[in-house]
Amino acid sequence: MADGHSHPAHLAHHFDSVEQQRESSSLGMWLFLAQEVMFFGGLFVAYAVYRFKYHEAFAVASSHLSIAWGALNTVVLIFSSLTMALAVRAAQLGDKKKIIHYLLATIFLACVFLGVKGIEYTGKYHDQLVPGPTFHYEPDFDKYTVPVTAETAHPNFTGHVHLFYSFYFVMTGMHALHMVIGIGIMIWLIVKAQRGRFSREYYAPVEMTGLYWHFVDIVWIFLFPLLYLVWRH
Amino acid sequence: MSENGQPHIAPLKTYINVFVALMVLTVLTVWVAFYDLGAFNIVVAVTIASIKAYVVVLYFMHVRYSAQIIWLTAAAGFIWFVMMLALTLADYATRGWLPFPEPW
Repeated sequence: MADGHSHPAHLAHHFDSVEQQRESSSLGMWLFLAQEVMFFGGLFVAYAVYRFKYHEAFAVASSHLSIAWGALNTVVLIFSSLTMALAVRAAQLGDKKKIIHYLLATIFLACVFLGVKGIEYTGKYHDQLVPGPTFHYEPDFDKYTVPVTAETAHPNFTGHVHLFYSFYFVMTGMHALHMVIGIGIMIWLIVKAQRGRFSREYYAPVEMTGLYWHFVDIVWIFLFPLLYLVWRH
Repeated sequence: MSENGQPHIAPLKTYINVFVALMVLTVLTVWVAFYDLGAFNIVVAVTIASIKAYVVVLYFMHVRYSAQIIWLTAAAGFIWFVMMLALTLADYATRGWLPFPEPW
């Protein structure tokens, strides 16, 4: 280390060893994810408070979401987590071709997810359930399977249905935004992999993107039952 | 991280098994939602989701094979979230338990 440059190209100057560098990037990413937990956590806590307060309206509002689309997207997203995990594994093994293939599979599945989300959003738009001045909901107390009648309902029942959909669009919207960002990062990874920037010793960007992607998967794992499965019996 | 500084490379089978487990739990959470468990529907739903998240963190996110400081960071994120949730709900859930004093 006399000239300070006798280290491999993938080892940054300020690290003693490759493993120290690897652990540092993991730690940094996990700290970022802990911050993301707080970000989504705020939304989840707010949701919990209002669901506790207006559980009847939330149950009714949730029953207008499609379990089939929600469950399909859950399967698609978990599958994309698998392909992402395999992309990281391919990077660990130094298999450039497989990294690219698995990343392409992950991007494809992410696009399927966003496409389904688009179909759902369009349906809600046509049903006038998108929050804002165009929101329109007529409670039909005779049709509900949820035990709520015109007598037991809160006077501002429609307003609370509106609130549920505000949570629905903000939470799934922020989640979808994270996915769009993830797709962008994966395209950048594919370009880097194509140029042969990754090796068995250096693949931190692939691994960190994997952590990010699995986190986004976990957020959906909680969103699906909380938004779609409020009251289904 | 193993002793020789090389990362642990999990066998393909591990990832497939984890995926299958996550699929089974997804089917389970949908199936159980159609049964009336009263207040326990939400408890069961969140429990299943937590197990799924835990499996993802352990295997897909490699925490099982990671250094202790990674464990600590992951746990810190979770614990702080639970604190935020528990303390906030402890407030909202107990409002109205005691009569509000007359304004003076």
